[in-house]
Amino acid sequence: MYRYDQYDQAMVDARVAEFRDQTERRLSGQLSEAQFRPLRLMNGLYLQLHAYMLRVAVPYGTLSGRQMHMLAHIARKYDRDYGHFTTRQNIQYNWIKLADAPDILADLASVEMHAIQTSGNCIRNISSDQYAGVAADEVADPRPLSELLRQWSSFHPEFTYLPRKFKIAVISSKTDRAAMRLHDIGIELVKKDDEIGAKVFVGGGMGRTPMIAPEIRDFVPFNEVVSYLEACLRVYNRYGRRDNKYKARIKILVHEMGADEYRRQVEEEFAHMKTLGLDPPVAELERIAAHFAPPPYETGLSDEIDLSDRDFAAWVGSQVAPHKVPGYAIVNISLKPIGGIPGDASSAQIDLIADLAEKYSFDELRVTHAQNIVLAHVKKSDLYAVWKALEEADLGTANLDLISDIIACPGLDYCSLANARSIPVAQKIAKRFSDLDRQKELGELKLKISGCINACGHHHAGNIGILGVDRKGVENYQLLLGGSGAEDVSLGQITGPGFDEDGIVDAVEKATNVYLANRTEGERFVETFRRIGMAPFKEALYG
Amino acid sequence: MIEFLSLRPTQDGGAGEAAELPAVTLESFAGQSNATAVRIEPGEDARELLPHLDRIALVEVNFPVFGDGRGYSAARILREAGYAGELRAVGDVAVDQLSHMVRCGFDSFTPDKPLDPALVEQALTRFPTRYQKTVDPTVPVWALRHG
Repeated sequence: MYRYDQYDQAMVDARVAEFRDQTERRLSGQLSEAQFRPLRLMNGLYLQLHAYMLRVAVPYGTLSGRQMHMLAHIARKYDRDYGHFTTRQNIQYNWIKLADAPDILADLASVEMHAIQTSGNCIRNISSDQYAGVAADEVADPRPLSELLRQWSSFHPEFTYLPRKFKIAVISSKTDRAAMRLHDIGIELVKKDDEIGAKVFVGGGMGRTPMIAPEIRDFVPFNEVVSYLEACLRVYNRYGRRDNKYKARIKILVHEMGADEYRRQVEEEFAHMKTLGLDPPVAELERIAAHFAPPPYETGLSDEIDLSDRDFAAWVGSQVAPHKVPGYAIVNISLKPIGGIPGDASSAQIDLIADLAEKYSFDELRVTHAQNIVLAHVKKSDLYAVWKALEEADLGTANLDLISDIIACPGLDYCSLANARSIPVAQKIAKRFSDLDRQKELGELKLKISGCINACGHHHAGNIGILGVDRKGVENYQLLLGGSGAEDVSLGQITGPGFDEDGIVDAVEKATNVYLANRTEGERFVETFRRIGMAPFKEALYG
Repeated sequence: MIEFLSLRPTQDGGAGEAAELPAVTLESFAGQSNATAVRIEPGEDARELLPHLDRIALVEVNFPVFGDGRGYSAARILREAGYAGELRAVGDVAVDQLSHMVRCGFDSFTPDKPLDPALVEQALTRFPTRYQKTVDPTVPVWALRHG
């Protein structure tokens, strides 16, 4: 894992001091809320329906045990004993007092963490693949470049007041576990003539106008990535729309200008940027990469797992993924217990996961964009002990990528933007399909719920998506089918008129019945939908 | 309170005086061969000035609202092209934007609301180092790390 040096530490310490001053100016009345708002937002502090919400950055989703323990400490000391892991691999606390916020940032800085740029119209936390470094098919570890870009984007003087927020994802496998092409910039590491570089996609996103990012450049050498991104951002900062916040994301610029014209302008700017010496030397990437060297794996381990315990076998079948090193496995910890709140974890659970990471996974863990946690290097001979511990903490649910592994935004229970509640719908659907055998019969089925058109719950990318809307003062839910945030990326289509809260649960069940009746051998839900189209689903839903 | 802030060095090392030049609009600048001061609005292309940099003494960049960040790109573009004259941010400029503006090449400021000198001092010295190379003389962290 990356460790701060004195420069990184000085930077976050300065930020804590700055925010402490700003908060004091606010609390003493020197700053109005209007003046304070942009300052607190740059530090991830939102004013929600009931209280302040603090979003803490988890760079590219990677944490140490010590950092995870600190997240538990913050939940316990400053919040209501729980935190919420988000679709951008971060964690949010929902019940924060303004006066505590500087102390929380200081606690975070003590373990090399921060909340810098987790909000505001700036470059947000870089997200990445939760299997980074352990996936057998990756071209190179995506985390060193992600960390290089974290540093480059932190306090970037030209790109702090962009037209709108800006999200970057970095992956390095053909398998996309980070919804890469649904980001403002998606980077896929690729190899060309034995040289590793970046394939760059620009202009993806969800929100009210979902778009899949087109490829803008097939290869940028590693030592020119910063210049290239500066060029991409400069064209956006100068020409992105500022007249309408709903048309201000870069996807609208790329769409209205056309990918070819955007590419042409970026190339022109890039040619100029390359002459300015903006790129860190390769030695800097190598310095960072050394922090991500593989942990000291044992050799000669057995790949045998005793699956005589049926519940354990079911968990292994669902939650454990292949690791590139013999004798090791990747463990996915579900934060989606049936009837629970997707992505929520109590401080006790967070502490337990931190303990497991320290004991069984080289002191390292990852947050996934699907709001689960990954222990990336667990010995197969330790899997049973890990499962036992998870089971006792209500973390042993075996539902990865099944219909109850729901992505949901906080919705109207917390969020001041929401039109409808998301959490109760997620809970009802999970309960409707609570029988695990039934879920397995349905197979991979990614269900995603947003409580408003801003799409924080990724409903456009759900095999089944649900969008909460306000219809004449009543919560109403639209159903979308056929979306995907993976390498077969696609946007869901709306089935037709919406449903009420119980109606949407019935509608989801009807859609799954159409799938079961029509699928061919081995066909996933999204594949059946693509083959047979919307008509049979509409027929079942609306008669 | 500070109504005009200059970071431009003068010959005796003190703070610079405001260049009292009437700034013309970008549109009229092209037709006035004797104009030496020009004002850029958000949305105007700073690159139109590049052929004329040798005769410009002052560029004002207007920030009608602090959240419109186009002026940061305008400033950097001018400095990247070698402009060495005064580069002034005017409008909705608060202490909280100062250090980023300086890093993009601004060296004087006419804020709508006067600035508290103590907060200005703090804002300009708060961060000991910086991650990026831009147009100011700050040596980026990656260069400090690798000599």
